[in-house]
Amino acid sequence: MAIERVGVAASAGPAEVPWPTRVCRRRQEAPDVWTLDLEAPVGAAAAFAPGQFNMLTVFGVGEIPVSLSGDPSRSQSWVHTVRAVGPVSQALATAPVGTVLGARGPYGSDWPLSVGLGRDILLIAGGLGLAPLRPAIYALLAARAHYGRLALCYGARGPRDLLFRREFARWARGMQVQTTVDHAPAGWSGRVGVVTRLIERADFRPERSLALVCGPEVMMRFAVAALRAAGVDDDYIYLSLERNMKCALARCGRCQLGGTLVCRDGPVMCYGRVGHLLRVPEL
Amino acid sequence: MEGLARIICAHPLFAGVHEDFCTLVCSCARNVRFEAGQHLVREGDAADYLYLLREGRVALEMSVPGRGAITFQTLEGGDLVGVSWLIPPYRWTHDAKALERTRAIALDATCLRRKCEADHDLGYALMQRFVPILIERLQGARLQMLDIYGN
Repeated sequence: MAIERVGVAASAGPAEVPWPTRVCRRRQEAPDVWTLDLEAPVGAAAAFAPGQFNMLTVFGVGEIPVSLSGDPSRSQSWVHTVRAVGPVSQALATAPVGTVLGARGPYGSDWPLSVGLGRDILLIAGGLGLAPLRPAIYALLAARAHYGRLALCYGARGPRDLLFRREFARWARGMQVQTTVDHAPAGWSGRVGVVTRLIERADFRPERSLALVCGPEVMMRFAVAALRAAGVDDDYIYLSLERNMKCALARCGRCQLGGTLVCRDGPVMCYGRVGHLLRVPEL
Repeated sequence: MEGLARIICAHPLFAGVHEDFCTLVCSCARNVRFEAGQHLVREGDAADYLYLLREGRVALEMSVPGRGAITFQTLEGGDLVGVSWLIPPYRWTHDAKALERTRAIALDATCLRRKCEADHDLGYALMQRFVPILIERLQGARLQMLDIYGN
């Protein structure tokens, strides 16, 4: 049975109130990470750009921002990958198929793939940070001929925490895929060490590259330092920032970062523009 | 320049150094190969050699009671295995095991220390190469310890 979506016009842009949607598929990515496929709105309202996010509501529990992690060329469903860390994300991660949730969006800025046309693209992801980058990977591989070298450097906590690993082989047909983990048990034959060490082995030309970075902010700071040391220009380094987003409508100010609001001006922001803000502990 | 010296000079650790330097280091060097599962070094043993990896992959491990061998870093072609040779008591503080067939240049640590003692310019040049590696590994260890991918 279809859910009636009250007051949401297909072409009205991001909704300001959650519309009801249903979990149509769920799969486990890691011990505490789940990917949910949600029914997308019909028509243009389903369109999103890689890097954008939705506000997801678990009725009676709360609302949180969650990045879209699916293929932007597929509009039948909105895909989100969630780590169960708080009450809302825990409720999302455990929501069975058929659960009715609330969703509004998509919101925020996207990865500047048009800036990268003709350039090498280096994607650096840490932990759950691969989720917001996955739509960009799909888009880049779908338009492979328009870009130079593509390389992904991905780090996770342990082997079991590597997200989307069943897709790595397919991605590797169009891009260099390097992974590493912070800790590994006996028997692991892959790489162990911090993700920034992969940058020196990445197949890219720093002076003509666009770097897209997403992960814990500490990781991003070290990644940026490695990129700058390699010769990547600040204006070609983009980060996906995370702050305490509540309204996603640039009204509440909770996600303020200096003179910017992450929900409106981000989450994807140019390091050349916001790098100085990341060095201010109070922000 | 002889073959071995050329290989040493081509290793990232010695990128850009004068060839005389490589020739000097070369007198302490030999080619080695390890099969998968074979140990390069063992915790507690004398740090008699350091290894410039040419190809393959090596796991640095520590044994943890009840958990077995825990890998805390892997190294590959272009990397260095061994910094324990730099400071007394010149003992390995971890194991290093080849995860696949690995080729390396083994540098005799005693020979190298003696040359550094006799030629402080060489010693200083070597320190300039090794200290950044130590700092990078320290920073990496800090990040790993912070468990940044946790909650």
